[in-house]
Parts: sequence; structure tokens; C-alpha cells
Amino acid sequence: MSLLATTPRPPAASPWAATLTLGWRAMLKIKHVPFQLFDVTAFPLMMTLMFTYLFGGALAGSPREYVQYLIPGIVVQTIVFITVYTGVGLNGDITKGLFDRFRSVPIWQPAPIFGALLGDVFRYTTAATMVILLGLVMGFRPAAGVVGVVAAVALIILFALSLSWMWIIVGMKVQSPESVMTSSFLLLFPLTMGSNIFVDPRTMPGWLRAVVAVNPVTHLADASRGLMHGNVAARDVVWVLVASAVVTAVFAPIALRMYHRER
Amino acid sequence: MIPAIETTALVKRFGETRAVDGIDLRVERGAVYGLLGPNGAGKTTTIRLLATLLRPDGGTARVLGHDVAREPAAVRAKVCLTGQFASVDEDLTGHENLVLVARLFGHAWKGARARADELLAAFDLADAAGKQARTYSGGMRRRLDIAASLVVTPELLFLDEPTTGLDPRSRNQVWDIVRAIAADGTTVLLTTQYLEEADRLAGRLAVIDHGRVIAEGTSQELKRSVGSNALHLRLDDASHRAEARHVLRRVLGAEVHDGADAASLTARVHDPARLAEAVAALGAGGIAVAELAYGQPSLDDVFFALTGRGSEDAVAAPAASTEKVA
Ligand SMILES: Nc1ncnc2c1ncn2[C@@H]1O[C@H](COP(=O)(O)OP(=O)(O)OP(=O)(O)O)[C@@H](O)[C@H]1O
Ligand SMILES: [Mg+2]
Repeated sequence: MSLLATTPRPPAASPWAATLTLGWRAMLKIKHVPFQLFDVTAFPLMMTLMFTYLFGGALAGSPREYVQYLIPGIVVQTIVFITVYTGVGLNGDITKGLFDRFRSVPIWQPAPIFGALLGDVFRYTTAATMVILLGLVMGFRPAAGVVGVVAAVALIILFALSLSWMWIIVGMKVQSPESVMTSSFLLLFPLTMGSNIFVDPRTMPGWLRAVVAVNPVTHLADASRGLMHGNVAARDVVWVLVASAVVTAVFAPIALRMYHRER
Repeated sequence: MIPAIETTALVKRFGETRAVDGIDLRVERGAVYGLLGPNGAGKTTTIRLLATLLRPDGGTARVLGHDVAREPAAVRAKVCLTGQFASVDEDLTGHENLVLVARLFGHAWKGARARADELLAAFDLADAAGKQARTYSGGMRRRLDIAASLVVTPELLFLDEPTTGLDPRSRNQVWDIVRAIAADGTTVLLTTQYLEEADRLAGRLAVIDHGRVIAEGTSQELKRSVGSNALHLRLDDASHRAEARHVLRRVLGAEVHDGADAASLTARVHDPARLAEAVAALGAGGIAVAELAYGQPSLDDVFFALTGRGSEDAVAAPAASTEKVA
């Protein structure tokens, strides 16, 4: 039997087809290894349950009222946390030699990066759905309905994609997927805890309130709450859009330049 | 005809290490060409330069007529690479891995699936097609990896140590695959640390050491360059080796060097008439011989003649080799 192809060689995939194909691969990975989705969402889900029933009454009068406040923020926290998997996945691909394979195929060279981001969108959407479903079970009732929730999730994903560029850089710099993970907590914990995801910052000391006020995650949480409950402040949305644009404008070119440079 | 590969004074440095230190190669089309060298010789770096994954620091390399630095896309459109470490996605099944690569090479979904099925059958992987690649044995993974490089037919295929770490049966399977690929008209550049492998597969080969080509030719030519034939011995008892060396040197009047394992020896035989005498002398000295082979020098002997050390010594001392380069 001949091993070689008998049909003529097709022209290599277009940038779009290559990106879609690599996005398909990212989805297959989630299908085959769903654990990588659950181990990062489990923590926020636990936080949701704990904060709602433990502190909900104290913080907002009743758990049911607190859930209305908390769920949009938890969606933010969950998605912001799993942005790190962009870097973990990329680092794994590099260390396992898969990137050599991709880079030796005559496709548009950044396709593996954009394919990974496409897979990330799918991952973020799945995670958001899980948190919101849990919220609905616990009594979360977004006043703005499906449209509001979809708009909020879209805004969160946009911000998450800008963070992903930072993880791409980390993923290319460090030696192993584990070190990407470790370095992520140094950034993500302060970023999500130093925000108004869990509590209204009114009771915080002044210096902390100042930190919370400039944290883009605070504005993202405010915007998400506003969009989901139908009382959004335009300035929060603008704040998030500008923050995403700035982070992307700074880190995407660095990431792509590093990616083009040989290893 | 334009050669498959032509390099002049190709150089690649990593910091102080000159991984490729002025390599001149010319590989004609339509054959298996071997790059033979110990650990750290610069084989992988050479292949990565030729496959446009690295940019040369000096010299030029043309692959199928295209300059690797100036026309990398044109090179990539004609070559395929199977790297040293199996580059398959372990989370995906064998079938999905091949569909992925087939899609990237431009097949439509349907065509990609059909080609994946074809390759899985041809590489004896049909039974494992639906299993995740992480469950594959080393040999299966290697075959999947090579299959991924044959989704479309490359004009030139790079195989970096395709059989390292495989058992003899898997190694034979890969050898058959390489021969079949070459028989179909694809040029193959393969690297290996195994002298036997280069001898069996490659029509011509280059021996590289410390980033330089130290010998080039057919394996016949390389063996002839060593000159005389060789007597290979393995003793029953390794502790007799020094004594055996002494006896052989005395009787054959030629150089004798130690082999790869502690109980083996190789002796040049300039005068075959003295062979029987040498063996008898060993017997008379009470040195029991477990294995004995007489014939053309092996590539091990070639390596020894070229570098003054066996290939195994080179493997054992990669640190020393980088020191020397630095
Ligand atoms: N990315 C890199 N950064 C720094 N040094 C490198 C890098 N890649 C290779 N080297 C060095 O270059 C030299 C040649 O390495 P190379 O991988 O080409 O050898 P090789 O012949 O393929 O060896 P092996 O048989 O072990 O695969 C070695 O000294 C190695 O340490
Ligand atoms: Mg190598």
C-alpha cells in the first residue's frame, strides 16, 4: 500500500480556516479533558455558595438579595481566573513540540494564537453558563433578562480576551505550564479580591476604596451587574472598553512579536 | 536539477554555544540522506534551520531551490517535519490529530477525515483511531507523528531521530515506512544516533560532530576510508578485556580499541591470514569469546577513526563537548 497521498495537494488553509480549525482543536480539548474547566470553576462556585449562605444575610439583608448582587461578579471572577489557561495551553503546546508542527505548516503564522483565543471564547461562555445556571437555581433573577445577561457576558469576554494576551506572553516566557499557573495567582487574586465583586466597598477603609475604585475589575463587575439588572451606567461600560483596548494595544503586539521570534 | 538541500557555511549560535558551526551539505533529490552524530552534535538544530523554524546566524541554506531565510513560506509549502519529540496533541484522538493537520494543509473537512482514515489504516493505527494519543505506546505515537507529516505529500521530509526510544519491532516498522516513502519519490533527510540505522536506510550520509561535518559519503565509502576490515569480539567475561586487547595487539600487530560495552573489542585486521591464529591465541590464554564477527568496519569504527573516540563516548560526555565549543 502506498503511504503517500494519491490526490493532488490542496492549497494550504486560509487564515480564517486555519484559525477555525485550531479553535475546533481547543474545543476538542475541553471535550476530552473537561476537568481543566471544572477545576477553575469549582472555586468560584464554592465561593458563591459560601458567600451567599454564610454572609448573604449580613451583607445584603438576605441570601436572596445578596445573590442578585453576587452572581454577575462571580461570572467576572470565574472568567478572569480561567484566562490563565490561554498561557497554560500555549506553554504546553510549545514544550510538547506541537508548535513546531504548526509553525512548519504553510499557514498564516499567528493562526495558532487566534485559534487558541477562539477556543477561549468557547471556554468562557461555557463557564459563564455554568455560574449563571447555578445562580438561577439559587434565586438569581436578572431584571434585564436574556439580552442583559448576554450583553454582560460579552463584555466580560471582551475584557478576558485582553487579559489573555498577557498570559500568552507569560506562556512563552516561562519553562512549564505549572509556572504559568503559579504566576497567575500573583496577579489574579489581588485583581479579583481587590474589587467590589463580593462586597460594596462603602465599608472599606479609604486607601482600599481608592484601590478598588481604579481596579478595572470593579468597573467590569459594576457594568455586568448593571447590564444584567437593567440599570447600567454608561461610564462603567466605557471604562471597561477603554481598559480592554489599552491592555490589548500594549500586550498583543508584544505577544505576536515574541511569537514570531524563533525559539 | 536543483538539489533538495544545499548549505554553505551554515552557522547557528545559542549564546556561546555554536550548535551549528559551518555546515556544508548537498543532498540530491530522491533518496534517503542521513545525518549521523552523537548527542549535542547539532542534528536537530540543522533540521530546524532547514525547516525554517530557526534563522541562521551565518551562511546560507537553500531547500528545494528556496533560501530558508528569505523565502521561508516557499520552503514550508514543500517540506514536512517530524520533530525529535513526538508533536501530537495527547488530548486528542489519533483520528482528530490527523484531521487537524489535514485541515491545516488545506483539506476540506470531508477530505481531511478521509485522508485521516487512509493514514491510520496505512500506519496500522486503525484500531486505536478513536483513542486519545496519550494512551498510545511510544511506537504508535511515533507512527502517528510521521503519518501527520504525510497528510500531503512533501517533496522533502525531515525526520529527526525517528526511532530513538523504540523497541526493535517498532524500529523495523518505522524503517519500512521510511523506505516506502523514499520509494514513492519523496526525499528524506533523517537524523540518527544509531550507526546501524544510517547504514541500513541512508544512501549517503554526513557524520556531524560539534556542529561540523566531519565526513560525508555513502556508507560504503565511509567504511572504505577506514581501510582494513575489522574483527569484533565480545568476551564472556569483561574482566578479561585488557588481556584480550594485549593478545590481539600482539598477534595481529594492529590497533585494537574498546567497544561500546565493557566486554567488547574491535581490532583492525590488516592481514586476514592471521585471524585464526589470533582466535587460537585467545583460546590458549583462557579467554572465552561469546561473540565474534569479522567483516567490513561498522560505522562505529568509522566514528572512531574520524574522532578518536567511539560514538558512545561522545554520548557519555555531552558536557565536555559543549565546553570545547564554548
Ligand atoms: N534552544 C537552545 N538554546 C540553547 N542551546 C541550545 C538550544 N538548542 C540546542 N542547543 C545546544 O546546541 C547544541 C546542539 O544541539 P542539538 O539539539 O542540535 O543536538 P542534536 O544533535 O540534535 O542532539 P540530540 O542527539 O541530543 O538530539 C547542544 O549543545 C545544545 O545544548
Ligand atoms: Mg536532536
